[in-house]
Amino acid sequence: MSTPITIQFTVNGKPREVLSPPERPLLEVLREDLALTGSKYGCGEMQCGACSVLVDGRRQFSCRMPMSSAAGKAVRTIEGLAKQNAGDQGGTESLHPVQQAFLDEAGFQCGYCTCGMIMTAVELLEKTPAPDDAQISAAMNRNLCRCCAYPNIIAAVRKAATIAEESRKSSREIE
Amino acid sequence: MKSPAAANDEAMHLSRPLPDDEELVDQVPFHFDVGRRTFLQLLGSGLLIAVSTSEKSNAQERGGRRGGGQAIPVAGRLHIGKDGAITVFTGKVECGQGSRAELTQAAAEELRVAPDRITLLMADTDTVPDDGGTAGSRTTPSTVPAVRAGCAAARDLLIAAAAKTWGSDPAGIVIANGSATSSDGSRHYAYADLAADEAAAQTLGDTVPDDVTLTVIPEWKTLGKPLARPNGPDIVTGTHAYPSDITRPGMLYGHVLRPPAYTAKLVSIDLAAAEAMEGVTVVRDGEFVAVAAPNSWLAREAGAALAKSARWETSPHPASNTLSEHLRTTAHDLPENPHAEETAAAKTTVRETYTIAYVQHAPMEPRAAVAEWGADGKLTVWTGTQMPFRVRSELARAFKVSENSVRVIVPDFGGGFGGKHSGECAVEAARIAKAAGKPVKLRWTREEEFTWAYFRPAAVIEAEASLDVDGKLTSWHFVNINAGGNGIDSPYHCGKKHTRSVGADAPLRHGSYRSLAVTGNTFARECLMDELALAAGTDPLAFRLAHLESGRLRDVLVEAAEKFGFADRWKNKAPSVGVGIACGLDKGSYVAACAEISVSENSIKVNHVCQAYECGKILNPQNLVAQVEGAILMGLGPVLREETTFEGGRITNAAFSRYAVPRFADVPTLDIHLLDRPDLPSVGAGETPLIVVAPAIGNAVFHTTGRRLRDMPLRLG
Ligand code: FES
Ligand code: FES
Repeated sequence: MSTPITIQFTVNGKPREVLSPPERPLLEVLREDLALTGSKYGCGEMQCGACSVLVDGRRQFSCRMPMSSAAGKAVRTIEGLAKQNAGDQGGTESLHPVQQAFLDEAGFQCGYCTCGMIMTAVELLEKTPAPDDAQISAAMNRNLCRCCAYPNIIAAVRKAATIAEESRKSSREIE
Repeated sequence: MKSPAAANDEAMHLSRPLPDDEELVDQVPFHFDVGRRTFLQLLGSGLLIAVSTSEKSNAQERGGRRGGGQAIPVAGRLHIGKDGAITVFTGKVECGQGSRAELTQAAAEELRVAPDRITLLMADTDTVPDDGGTAGSRTTPSTVPAVRAGCAAARDLLIAAAAKTWGSDPAGIVIANGSATSSDGSRHYAYADLAADEAAAQTLGDTVPDDVTLTVIPEWKTLGKPLARPNGPDIVTGTHAYPSDITRPGMLYGHVLRPPAYTAKLVSIDLAAAEAMEGVTVVRDGEFVAVAAPNSWLAREAGAALAKSARWETSPHPASNTLSEHLRTTAHDLPENPHAEETAAAKTTVRETYTIAYVQHAPMEPRAAVAEWGADGKLTVWTGTQMPFRVRSELARAFKVSENSVRVIVPDFGGGFGGKHSGECAVEAARIAKAAGKPVKLRWTREEEFTWAYFRPAAVIEAEASLDVDGKLTSWHFVNINAGGNGIDSPYHCGKKHTRSVGADAPLRHGSYRSLAVTGNTFARECLMDELALAAGTDPLAFRLAHLESGRLRDVLVEAAEKFGFADRWKNKAPSVGVGIACGLDKGSYVAACAEISVSENSIKVNHVCQAYECGKILNPQNLVAQVEGAILMGLGPVLREETTFEGGRITNAAFSRYAVPRFADVPTLDIHLLDRPDLPSVGAGETPLIVVAPAIGNAVFHTTGRRLRDMPLRLG
């Protein structure tokens, strides 16, 4: 049994410190220590993408990322995507364009794969703002959906690209 | 307590074909970390009658009225708060198939309120009526009418109460937006008023009348239109708590010691090393050995220590590479073809054998359960199952307590597909929690799910059919070994037909699956039809049409063929692509598909699937399309690649890296044509769209390669 060590990293912009064996997967620390259960276990072998999170902006399979590799890094999970609207104590949220698009296009059935799909799509759109269907399918191919909601997921990613493009345009107009 | 291995044995050797009601569709509810008292506070005051714990919910009296048909009080179906909040109760679950939206629509339609006014409380056995398991595509034909009836009865009570209050004739009262309005439009009486009016509220205790009037289709405002999943926002923000996400104060994480093979018996084990670990509880109860620890990492470490010291004895178990032989040689009472005379007189007889491999549901969320024993001895379990009440019975039996001392809560979960009818994970979690004296979460690993959950039964199908000189079918003999008789009857006109389903010594634990045996039976039948068409010298479409009466099946066949342009594409073969067609029916709905495939280096690529589907009146077109697409795509897996392999009592491909399910790259062009039939009752659609995928592809492979593949998955190499 390996000895727990103190590991510091940030999650959704907040500094965090955990005491954990260095080999323990990031996914379990997020879910069990930090109560962030949006990232899911689907396979534990980097085959399904249900556990996808962004680490320093890149999609990682958190089920196989040892805590030691997360030390000092910035981790972003589904819980960090929606924006808490300022001045709003009740906490209305603005969904991230990708979340909004998955909602609009019904990009899920059971929804268990959805957080992983959304995180993967966020990475894709940050790199490729206007992907075509083939690019979407290639970028998402390591994420599994057993409900096979694939057509609606592709539609959702396409829609997210459109929403993001429109909001870029309108903010340019405001400027 | 019984060891999981022993418990599995019972279910595992179901050698008889599964009955129809073992079939299922997927669904789930949420509502987990609130105790009943809190829950009642959340509902607000108002009449609440929990029907599920009453004596009349025992299985015998339920018999025959599954799906929501039992006579219950209106208040057993819905709760109206004095603040006007409406909560509708159902025993159905949501696991992706769309029951939450559909049942919300059903309630909204009859109550005449907007769907967002309704909270649907699903599958909490202490609160909801037993609507039967979420299986066999029964939600649409049984539970939608039951929910509509309960809500229509509430609406009638609202009218009666308003009429009484106003001393007016109920006939002129109109209900809209959750409120009754007098004929002159001057007075209003809302559901909140009904709940607040003591005498009127008592009428909610009346039994839902059998003859309550439901809203007719032309007046539908909510049903028949798209409605998105009501808890969609919780899904996209990650806030919905699936069974594996449930957390309870002081909760520990469980891990179960699994035998190294199906036949393994535990000979000895030393618990000391695991027991010495800090915070770890070890449970041993017969062959059941497990641990609980403060996190799953520690639980696994303790489990590894146990596994190291365990000694097992194994005995032989058949391997998947001899599966077909094994099933054939162990088949019970394999019948002869009784049509020897017709066969002798026939112009041509085609006799072939088709095989279907074992496959698994592999829902995205593996089995998971959180179990908690209250100080009063009451057991509460949050788990993902399609059978909340059956799992409650399973738990009550396992712990020798009454069903009333067990509460099963099913949060909307991550996929079922017929694979979550059982409660083994719930029982295991509860056993560990009992030993640990704390709530315990147990989430199976993918490997456990691939090994210890059940499988869609493998099959060997033997078929023989003969044709006369005019190319008409004269005899049909069709036997399914092991997988069951669902969908075994041929819809084609034929002089003499003989179909039989026989059991065999099944090497793996099997159970339900989306459309279960219908997929294999349809594959064999529809491939055989193509082989017969070839023998008769006609094209596959004309041959089918020549043997089909007019009716719903013929309608979808013609629709799919026309939309795809089948006749032409089949005759004027394009280079290196093949097209195939197939049709079938299951659970009252009708489907036909055309597929286009191409072959390169022995691999089959599906380019296009055009499907026509008809399931009576459409209730939610958006969800229906999603179900049809999902079923087609899921169906591609067992056609192209999926096959559970085993040797020495071990599954040899218990991982997604070795068991390849459909991915984005496999998605063909899909072109779905729904036939809406307002003149026909609505039936469930989560299964049937899957059944024609395999034969349409198999027939397309023959079309382009001239090779007839009769074993699923289809392999050219
Ligand atoms: S759980 Fe990490 S990839 Fe499947
Ligand atoms: S929506 Fe169920 S796994 Fe993707």
